[in-house]
Order: sequence, then C-alpha cells, then structure tokens
Amino acid sequence: MRTYEVIFISAPGTADDDLTKLTTQLEQTVTTRGGIVTKTEHWGRRKLAYSIGKYDEGNYTLLYIDGTGQEIAEVERRLRVTDFVIRHITVRTDEDLKRAAKVKAKRKPTAAGRVPGEDLNLDLDDSDGLSEDEE
Amino acid sequence: MARNFDNDRNDRDDRGSRGPRTGRPGTRRRRVSRISADKIDYIDYKDVKLLLSFIAENGKIMPRRLTGVTAWQQRKITEAIKRARNIALLPYIKY
Repeated sequence: MRTYEVIFISAPGTADDDLTKLTTQLEQTVTTRGGIVTKTEHWGRRKLAYSIGKYDEGNYTLLYIDGTGQEIAEVERRLRVTDFVIRHITVRTDEDLKRAAKVKAKRKPTAAGRVPGEDLNLDLDDSDGLSEDEE
Repeated sequence: MARNFDNDRNDRDDRGSRGPRTGRPGTRRRRVSRISADKIDYIDYKDVKLLLSFIAENGKIMPRRLTGVTAWQQRKITEAIKRARNIALLPYIKY
C-alpha cells in the first residue's frame, strides 16, 4: 500500500457546496477503487505566495490517501477537469515517511536523557548501565 | 562569480550563529544544521515555516555552504521547496 497526499487549491469564489461535493466525490472515487482516504484537511482561505491567473488567494484542501496508485490517476483527472481547481499536486509519501520512522527508531535508545554533547559521552553512559547491572 | 558569492555572504552575516569575525580567515566555525539539531527526519513541503529558513530574501534556495545542512538534507530541502512553490506556499521569486 502506498500513501499519497493530494493538495488542491480552489478559487476563492467557490461555493462551499461545490467544494464539499468535490471532496466527497473524490473520496468516493478512491474508496470504490479500493483505496482509503485517511484524512481530509481544509486549510481554508490562504494567501497565495504568487498570483495564479487572476487569483491572489486560494482555498486549500488536503487529502491523505492510502492506495495502489490507480485511484490517484482518477483523482488527478477529476481535479484537472474541475474548473474551480486552480492548482493541484500529488506527492507520494510512504517511502520518505518509512525512512524517517526508521531513523527515528534507530535514534531513540540513545536519545533518552539527552544532554548537550551526548555524542561524546555515549560509551560512558553505556558502560555505566552495564556495571550497575552486574553488581 | 566568486566575488559575487562573497558579497552574498557578507550580506547575510547577521543571519546565523557565526560569531564575531575575528581570527584567521577560514577558521570560522561551521554552522550546525538546524535540521540535525532539531532532529527532523521528514522534511515536509507543507512546513512553510521551516522551509522559509532555507530560502534567501529574494526567494532563492540558499546554498548549504551558508546553512550548514548535509548534502542529503539539502536535496530533500530543495525537493520540498520546489513542491511548496508549485502549490503557491512559497514564491518562486520575491522582489
């Protein structure tokens, strides 16, 4: 299973109804194809860093999708044909997140009771723990 | 070209924990990457606040020479900034 994040920006004048309709529609397309929308975030109206077409602001919606990739194709197609969506992007996140989780897990044992300059004292800490156990 | 970079560096001297510019040239302490220090494992393109610390005033991506991040981190930062630009979270250029 892959995880994706789909962000799209809808034009500021879009009716709330249209937006909710689109998001539910997208969720349906995903679920009928065997994927899951794990979370939907509405960031609301945000100022764009640069103007897109004639818009300075946009309504951001973020979907977290678990799936195989097929449903993404359909979601993207829908976003492309929807007029009030002015920009969208899909990012596959599972590989990077998995890697991040691995790094985090690896660091955890040594990160407990972290003090500045702990990298230097790593051996000391370990041997202390051992000797106590032996006694 | 080289001169240009030097100017850049002077402009940005107030940005980091570089310390007073005394001593022999080239003995300045290397900046420690904020990414490593904060133990950030996943550089998120949605994290505008973080990414802003890696773009210059004019919107350009800062060289790692100035930010002190590792090569791997720089690649990830670059990727994230470009994604953020695409969805108008960050500017391509700022005047």
